[in-house]
Amino acid sequence: MDKQQKKSRAPMPCQPPHVRNHNFDEVALGYDAETAREEASRCLQCKKPLCVSGCPVNVPIPEFIHALREGNPAEAYRLLKTANALPAVCGRVCPQEHQCEGKCILGRKGEPVAIGRLERFVADTHIAASACEQQTGTSACATPVSNLSVACIGSGPASLSCAGYCASQGLKVHIYEALHEAGGVLIYGIPSFRLPKDVVRNEVNALKELGVELHLDAVGGRTFQISELLKKHDAIFIGVGAGLPKFLGVPGENIVGVFSANEYLTRINLGRAYQFPAYDTPAYHGRIVTVFGAGNVAMDAARTALRMGAEEVHVCYRRTRAEMPARHEEVEHAEEEGVIFDMLVNPVAFHADENQRLRSVTLQRMELGEPDDSGRRRPVAVEGSDFEMKTDLAIVALGTRSNPILLEATEELEKTKWGYIKVNEETGETSIPNVFAGGDIVTGAATVILAAGAGRKAGISICERLLNSAK
Amino acid sequence: MPVPIVEKESLIPGKTSKMVLHAPDIAQHAQPGHFVMLRMSENGERIPLTIADTDKEKGLITIVYLVLGKSTALLETLQPGDSILDVCGPLGRATHISQGGTVICVGGGTGIAAMHHIAKGHHLAGNKVVAIIGARSKDLLLFEKELASFADELLVSTDDGSYGHKGFVTDLLRQKLDTDKTVHEVVAVGPVPMMAAVSTLTLPYGVHTTVSLNPIMVDGIGMCGACRVTVGGKTRFACVDGPEFDGHQVDFAELRLRLGAFRAQEQESLEAYRSSNNG
Repeated sequence: MDKQQKKSRAPMPCQPPHVRNHNFDEVALGYDAETAREEASRCLQCKKPLCVSGCPVNVPIPEFIHALREGNPAEAYRLLKTANALPAVCGRVCPQEHQCEGKCILGRKGEPVAIGRLERFVADTHIAASACEQQTGTSACATPVSNLSVACIGSGPASLSCAGYCASQGLKVHIYEALHEAGGVLIYGIPSFRLPKDVVRNEVNALKELGVELHLDAVGGRTFQISELLKKHDAIFIGVGAGLPKFLGVPGENIVGVFSANEYLTRINLGRAYQFPAYDTPAYHGRIVTVFGAGNVAMDAARTALRMGAEEVHVCYRRTRAEMPARHEEVEHAEEEGVIFDMLVNPVAFHADENQRLRSVTLQRMELGEPDDSGRRRPVAVEGSDFEMKTDLAIVALGTRSNPILLEATEELEKTKWGYIKVNEETGETSIPNVFAGGDIVTGAATVILAAGAGRKAGISICERLLNSAK
Repeated sequence: MPVPIVEKESLIPGKTSKMVLHAPDIAQHAQPGHFVMLRMSENGERIPLTIADTDKEKGLITIVYLVLGKSTALLETLQPGDSILDVCGPLGRATHISQGGTVICVGGGTGIAAMHHIAKGHHLAGNKVVAIIGARSKDLLLFEKELASFADELLVSTDDGSYGHKGFVTDLLRQKLDTDKTVHEVVAVGPVPMMAAVSTLTLPYGVHTTVSLNPIMVDGIGMCGACRVTVGGKTRFACVDGPEFDGHQVDFAELRLRLGAFRAQEQESLEAYRSSNNG
């Protein structure tokens, strides 16, 4: 392989855009073994790997790539699992360009090693391995420690990671989930064309094999209280996420046809509304769809709307392309599929037609002013620039806040001024002894890998606490 | 977790039934005003139903439903001994019960079941309860016996005059407000036009009026805002901020429009279900 060739990464095979924008099957098809080894061979095996410092949970990247290169994907999988409980998920949804791959030395002159794609290849190849091996690295499950149990509230990435770690150490784990299916945002939020539901189900099933018990339809703060769980379990992990959607607060926002991205995506992903009427949950259809926001959720909503048969889908954002927080790959995929990007516009009002359904949105043009506290240039409205755009389905994807149900019901839980749970940063423990928390309910909406990392960290603290006191 | 059906009683044949479910965790925590989300099958949707009664000792909750679309039609096929696939709750905020004086509880249609639980809560808190229920005709009335067992006064109206006062519940409510000056709260649960009419009626009397809203819900735990309503000019989520709100502040016209958002799909789903059952 000459040097010129080595600069670019092995391309990811994908469904062609004009085919995939009509189905909910996975877009990126994954490397085959040969391509994976070829890509793995590009890694320079740095002595001081910067990629590892870019990974929120410090996956031993050169080591797992080395194992893959040596033709030992099983060992590569074991190495991945020592740091990341959800590699098949993270390899697909992490914003690698800001994390591991953003730090890769090869990225300075050419393209970084495709670490995410390699992680995904390894996990997909070995996800069928036994649950005990996945969690403990040996063929035997950890011996259960009698009478010690942990309750994990929520079943998103944070709780699944915490549960997996605790179970691997021999603790009895119970997961309490409010919805009827486990996985949190992996199930209701991220569409199957980006993260097939089987990938999530496999991770959950692996936990069940470890003896983790799943309690569905159980709402923290309603079906049970923290104080009651403390009587039944030795420790509690709260990983309930930040799922309450923000709205714009502009006139006409409650007109029929305006949805939060959470509702639009929950209907389609959790309710399988794309298979209506074989599935009972209906979805709302629009000919001209507008999506407000520019994060991954906005991309997911826009690409979902195309697949639901919309003729035109616009992503409307008040800043510019450069400030869009979504993963680069998702923005590219969205564009290839035909999503239209309208930059520097801000919605100021929605309008109904004679049937009282959404007809149009008034947008205001923006320009970038001085940098704000976050260092990003602040969008400023251009006076008199309002114009009306036709739309019959609007999806608001402006982010989420903490859900008040559990927090209001648990007054003794100390909160930050933004309404998230305050924890000891070293251990993940909250103001209530033996109650830990992690993920979006502590940090506010962040990434899957950060949540998984926080869950794992709390799991380690819980095991140290319980297993040491048991000795 | 599947929840077993202990009892089923047809209240209005083919239209409205009452079910008693064995759900100890829900029964233990449920208070008047709370509701549950149910899902009947693996490919089913989630629907909200108010908890009409509880038996905490036996771990039972009662639900009452009107067969209106596919999901309630599916529910109606279940019998004692069967289980409901998913029952999630208790959800929402419990009824705020203030002490003293008379509370008039007005119920219409299946809303009478929800009103019954709220009225019972007021009664147990020591309030004087006047229950007013109404239906189109005598055979469509619900929970008369249950309400009579504790209400200090029970007034009934039917549109056709087949039983009780001929006319609407609002007629009875107006008479009561004109004569009884100890009334400190009116509670109304039923169809949107009825709750709107009650709120309009009580406004000039200056009597605090609580309504229990029934918007479309998806998760029922505050995650999506499908159930958002405008109350006092502000957007609120009925599943976590309600479902009970100050009737004088609610935008009922908006609620009615939002309830119709999926009417075509609801019809399609019900027709597909009926034709597959007949075929």
